[in-house]
Amino acid sequence: MTTDGPTDSLGVTPGQTAGPFLHIGLPYDDAPYVVPEGTPGAIRVHGTVVDGAGTPVSDALVEIWQADPDGRFEHPDDPRGAIPARVQGFRGFGRCPTDEAGHYAFVTVKPGRVPAENGWQAPHLDVAVFARGLLHHLVTRAYFPDEADDNAHDPVLAALPPDRRETLVAVPDADGVRFDIRLQGDHETVFFLV
Amino acid sequence: MTGQRLSVVRYRVPTGVHPPYDYPDYHSTRLRAPSRPLEVLPQRLTELTGPVFGSDRVGELDDDLTAHHPGEPLGQRIVVSGRVLEEDGRPVPGALVEVWQANAAGRYRHVVDNWPAPLDPNFTGAGRTLTDGDGRYRFVTIKPGAYPWHNHDNAWRPAHIHFSLFGRSFTQRLVTQMYFPDDPLFGQDPIFNSVPDPAARQRMISRYVHERTQPHWALAFEFDIVLRGRAATPFEEDDDDD
Ligand SMILES: [Fe+2]
Repeated sequence: MTTDGPTDSLGVTPGQTAGPFLHIGLPYDDAPYVVPEGTPGAIRVHGTVVDGAGTPVSDALVEIWQADPDGRFEHPDDPRGAIPARVQGFRGFGRCPTDEAGHYAFVTVKPGRVPAENGWQAPHLDVAVFARGLLHHLVTRAYFPDEADDNAHDPVLAALPPDRRETLVAVPDADGVRFDIRLQGDHETVFFLV
Repeated sequence: MTGQRLSVVRYRVPTGVHPPYDYPDYHSTRLRAPSRPLEVLPQRLTELTGPVFGSDRVGELDDDLTAHHPGEPLGQRIVVSGRVLEEDGRPVPGALVEVWQANAAGRYRHVVDNWPAPLDPNFTGAGRTLTDGDGRYRFVTIKPGAYPWHNHDNAWRPAHIHFSLFGRSFTQRLVTQMYFPDDPLFGQDPIFNSVPDPAARQRMISRYVHERTQPHWALAFEFDIVLRGRAATPFEEDDDDD
């Protein structure tokens, strides 16, 4: 185990809500495309963000970050080396504001499984949610419904109370999966401290 | 797969810095704050990596919010600059910094903002840039106005610029707001005051820096942004003593 070390630091800048006008600064045209449109094997990952009253949240922004289909990251801190994904134009990152119905949608490819200390993590997306009323962004994870075996051995899912795990597993859909995000209340999505 | 080297970095988890989700004084939190405590997500590769943005994501004039229209926007022209750093002071180079703000009258160019202050045809209010090798960024813009909202009786937001930052990892992602010195509206603003530690609140307030002003052109404010730093001890999973 490591400690967090000495506290002789500058002090982290606090988070603040993105507010209701985030659309001015954050969305851009192809931001929901983790892979280019028309990529072979692309899937749609979409869902609705709802609040504690079940009302769709129409002014949220969802971001995803994920491994490539080989479970790797083109990043200097991936100890296996930063190599480009085999999928042309793969970004690993997507951003999508919710619409009037609280709905967001990404075009991506399914990530591969990612190593953990003693085994593997099931394929997953790291998800961040920003909105008016969220003083700091929320972090969650989306898992895939057709990976029951890997999901059963995933260390993050395993650490959760069994009745809450299902909130992180997307449901199958015609052209991909649906991952609804419930901010509060019944079937509240599991959110993480990272 | 035991014994594999998983990562060489790990980020400190800040305590007492960020606002709580459940903060009743800010009414919009009431139906949006999770009611269950956060679960701990140990930092693994997905959390320790993040998108790497290239200069192709940033246009030439994206860092000058006064240059996006044929005419100049109204208001006090300002330079906002600073550094993106980690807690130990090391710079974060190549960080994507995105900003958005109201115009000088306190009005956002947004369909939801319809209070009776004028729009400025020469101001959109969005900018982006990448930090240089020393973690420095710089925007030219106009000073945003304060604006009213419906949170409580006669509520006004102190003047602010929204900032979005990507550091090196998903873990360092930060969205915050930059405020201006000595704003008389701080006392009644629940968003500013949602940060529990008064010293941490001060870190969201920019500093007027006379040396950075441009004579006969623009005033200058400095705003350094500190992202979570790395833990002191490298984090490796290939210990052979377990
Ligand atoms: Fe604002």
